[in-house]
Amino acid sequence: MTTSPQNSADSRLPLVIEKNLDRILDTWISELQVDGGRLLNLIRESELREQASRFLDLLRKAIKVAGVNPEKTAAYDELRDLLDELSRSRSEQGFTPTETATFVFSLKRPLFRELKEAHGDNDTTALLDDIWQATMLLDRLGLNTTEVFINTREAIIQRQQQDLLELSTPVVSLWNGILALPVIGTLDSERTQTVMESLLQKIVATGSDIAIIDITGVPAVDTLVAQHLLKTVTAARLMGAECIISGIRPQIAQTIVHLGVELGNVTTKGTLADAFALALKKKRQKVQDI
Amino acid sequence: MYRIPILRVEEFLLVSIQTDLDDALAVKLQDDLTTAIATHHARGVIIDISGLEIVDSFIGRMLADISTMARIQDCHAIVVGMQPAVAITLVELGLSLSGVQTALHIDQGMRFLRRFLAGRDEEASDERE
Repeated sequence: MTTSPQNSADSRLPLVIEKNLDRILDTWISELQVDGGRLLNLIRESELREQASRFLDLLRKAIKVAGVNPEKTAAYDELRDLLDELSRSRSEQGFTPTETATFVFSLKRPLFRELKEAHGDNDTTALLDDIWQATMLLDRLGLNTTEVFINTREAIIQRQQQDLLELSTPVVSLWNGILALPVIGTLDSERTQTVMESLLQKIVATGSDIAIIDITGVPAVDTLVAQHLLKTVTAARLMGAECIISGIRPQIAQTIVHLGVELGNVTTKGTLADAFALALKKKRQKVQDI
Repeated sequence: MYRIPILRVEEFLLVSIQTDLDDALAVKLQDDLTTAIATHHARGVIIDISGLEIVDSFIGRMLADISTMARIQDCHAIVVGMQPAVAITLVELGLSLSGVQTALHIDQGMRFLRRFLAGRDEEASDERE
């Protein structure tokens, strides 16, 4: 008898799954309870059972239509969607990648047991082929979950980075026509770009002609940061707004001079209050006691 | 061929660029504007570029050139309404247009021009005394 591993028509895999769906499900669940570790602390058994039975059901359908090759076949799309959804929610619930992938891998044992029973003792070659195919299939699906898991994490990290960028660069309106931009944290190229863009946009939106850039919260200034600041000031000037830089701490003043950075004709003030006072003066307005 | 309109407002000229400039159009504008300054004896010109969304180094230099040409003709030029993206591009191109006066919008530009010209008139009468 010649059985090629590629020929799924000879495989008993679909039949075995079809016939023993309930038993496989039961053993799988108990397997998951042993292997899954924290799984059951975080997910109710009924929910787990529901996920497992949906997975098995979709797997059965997919194998029936497209055999055991999940690559690029539309029949597996639904199954893959389910796994994606699962991995995504697991990742958000705080599971580890191992725990997520174990969900798929722990199906192996119950499945292999059924396969062994179906083939009996005398047909080892066919049994090995089937087991090999099942392993390949489950491995691919398991790896798929890990990939989705990591992608989800990546997306979360990216979103947080974006949030951080936006959080740390608020442009506030101090007075009619006076904006303030308190910069907190290290300025790098990407951040400067965001800072610059949000400042310029706000200048247009509010029609402000004076902007105060306060760098009290910037821990260090190097030539690159200084250059970025100058670029922002120049861009604002091109639009018709004037910039005042405030909050240059003593150490930073020293560094700037030591580095030989030419701040040119940019107005600088010691504190935000001083800068604000200057801005009011430029607008020919003043605050007085009443 | 499309031309950029040059309008006369009181003793000033108003140029409003509401389209993206190509090189030929920019050169044409330089021609037209210098001629208009001479014929109208304009003392100030406001160049509104709020509709300009794309610039390259040529257009950037042209803006600087136009201001200088106007100044030579004794006409003060103010560029108003530059979009943030345009400002960023010019800075990245290394064009800071340091000789060009800028304002946020036409209103502010008019105010600057009036104040500037009033200041210059005063200076002139001081000198005479």
